[in-house]
Amino acid sequence: MEKQSFTNTGNKDTRSGFGAGLLELGRTNESVVALAADLKGSVKMDAFAKEFPDRFFQAGIAEANMIGVGAGLALSGKIPFVASFAAFVTGRVYDQIRQSVAYSETNVKICASHAGITLGEDGATHQILEDIGLMRMLPHMVVINPCDYNQTKAATIAIAEYRGPVYLRFGRPGVPNFTPEDQKFEIGKAVRMTEGKDVSIFATGHLVWESLMAAQQLESKGISAEVINIHTIKPLDKKAILESVIKTGAAVSAEEHFIAGGMGEAIAGLLALNRPVPMEYVAIDDKFGQSGTPARLMKAYGLDAQHIAEAAEKAIARK
Amino acid sequence: MSNIQELNKIATQIRRDIIRMVTGAQSGHPGGSLSSADILTALFFSELNHSPADWNRYGKGYDMFFLSAGHLSPVFYSVLARSGYFPVKELATFREFGSRLQGHPSIEKGLPGVYEASGSLGQGLSVACGAAIAKRLNKDDRYVYVLMGDGESEEGQVWEAAMFAVHHRLDKLIAITDWNGQQIDGTVDDVIGLGNLEAKWKAFGWNCIKADGHDMQAILEAFRKAKETGAQDRKPVMILMKTRMGKGVDFMEDTCEWHGKAPKPEVAEKALAQLEETLGDY
Repeated sequence: MEKQSFTNTGNKDTRSGFGAGLLELGRTNESVVALAADLKGSVKMDAFAKEFPDRFFQAGIAEANMIGVGAGLALSGKIPFVASFAAFVTGRVYDQIRQSVAYSETNVKICASHAGITLGEDGATHQILEDIGLMRMLPHMVVINPCDYNQTKAATIAIAEYRGPVYLRFGRPGVPNFTPEDQKFEIGKAVRMTEGKDVSIFATGHLVWESLMAAQQLESKGISAEVINIHTIKPLDKKAILESVIKTGAAVSAEEHFIAGGMGEAIAGLLALNRPVPMEYVAIDDKFGQSGTPARLMKAYGLDAQHIAEAAEKAIARK
Repeated sequence: MSNIQELNKIATQIRRDIIRMVTGAQSGHPGGSLSSADILTALFFSELNHSPADWNRYGKGYDMFFLSAGHLSPVFYSVLARSGYFPVKELATFREFGSRLQGHPSIEKGLPGVYEASGSLGQGLSVACGAAIAKRLNKDDRYVYVLMGDGESEEGQVWEAAMFAVHHRLDKLIAITDWNGQQIDGTVDDVIGLGNLEAKWKAFGWNCIKADGHDMQAILEAFRKAKETGAQDRKPVMILMKTRMGKGVDFMEDTCEWHGKAPKPEVAEKALAQLEETLGDY
């Protein structure tokens, strides 16, 4: 088997990948416009706003209106990127997204920074862990959660080319940057990171790196894990997932999200209907987060390499 | 015949359509549709610079109209059909399974004239703000109109949009409130009083005009004034159109009873007897 290794080229935050992608879009696509709700700096829209002041609009602390304005802009051919913390551009404005964006099929890109528990010290009010579920329940909505800086930048650029509503989720802390700088991002196409035969680990977002670390741990015990990066949760790459479990016969899902509504449930549903195999979730089970550093929280809530490796062994044992 | 007489004649037929549509579907919202019938007639048959035959969702080069109060779909569909967006006979499919004339306006089935879905209240003004900005970016100097209910301005999002429109100087944005003073649970004053609505809009920095929403001349004059003062002051304009819920059918007037209730066929006959068939029923 081909041995694959991934090198962290230096920690970077995924939100900066978004900012870099947006700036590049600003330079290459005149239709791209951006809106922020008083968190322009936090969501890394500063550079775009500075270079393209006529195409940046401040909505203030009024997210519901921002979503609607985005929808109106999209009608006339603009490609609006509306951004805030994930908590405030999903749950807070669910009905606006539902009616003005998803049901109306407007070409709005909902860009959600500071997603998940790794938002850290601000605590549970800001740590949304149900956003993937909320967004994937909506017809017409594409849901993307890239794994590192490079992939977030590539995804940001790719979604401008896709016509329709997109939810793009990324995070706050610096995390390993390990995917290729010049990658082409294909919406809906899972990326096999390592090839393995004993267990499939389906990971999204920050947990892709953790899954690669888990695969290394497993390898030292003689277990061969196939890590697949599910950067697009909707539409789910059913073919890639089924092909992998047909080979390995066991599955683990890993995500920075609640079990309820998450990627894991989407995969479990797919497997139950097509290819039932032992499966374990690595996700948060029905409890809110709390303050702490991102690393401390990942460990405490069972979202790190150690927990993924344990889940893999558990799934394999149930074969 | 003068323009005003012609518009009044159309409005009467629109009111007949409303009654016949909700009676046919045995559901829908006649009260607010009747109260805003004159306003929408004035808009679609006089005020708007639009092109029903080659309409598309981009709205480029034309005025755009957004119905924020989506439950007013009967009057909206009637003015759209009567002004040439789609065949008048399609009004007979209102609220039927598979119809393009959904209970509340939808774009999924591609009904010409509908830019955005509405029904969940308070969202249309925000969308209209976005459309107005897009027009500015596209160097398209046409107007964006939006119709809201007065009860609808109880939604907080309306006031978020109000701030946004002024801050970004959206002077090609004309909002209209169908100010009939009624909502589902009773009068607006009884349900959750809006106080001085004119003062509220002015305090948010808008130009605010009041007009009689059943006087065609006054409605057209209000539109003229809105454009003039909006351009002068570089401000969005709200027109508070004073109307009567259920206008045109005596037993439906000034009561919330007919907000969202369809008349039985025999009751509808009594209503239609008060509304002359001026353009031919669908």
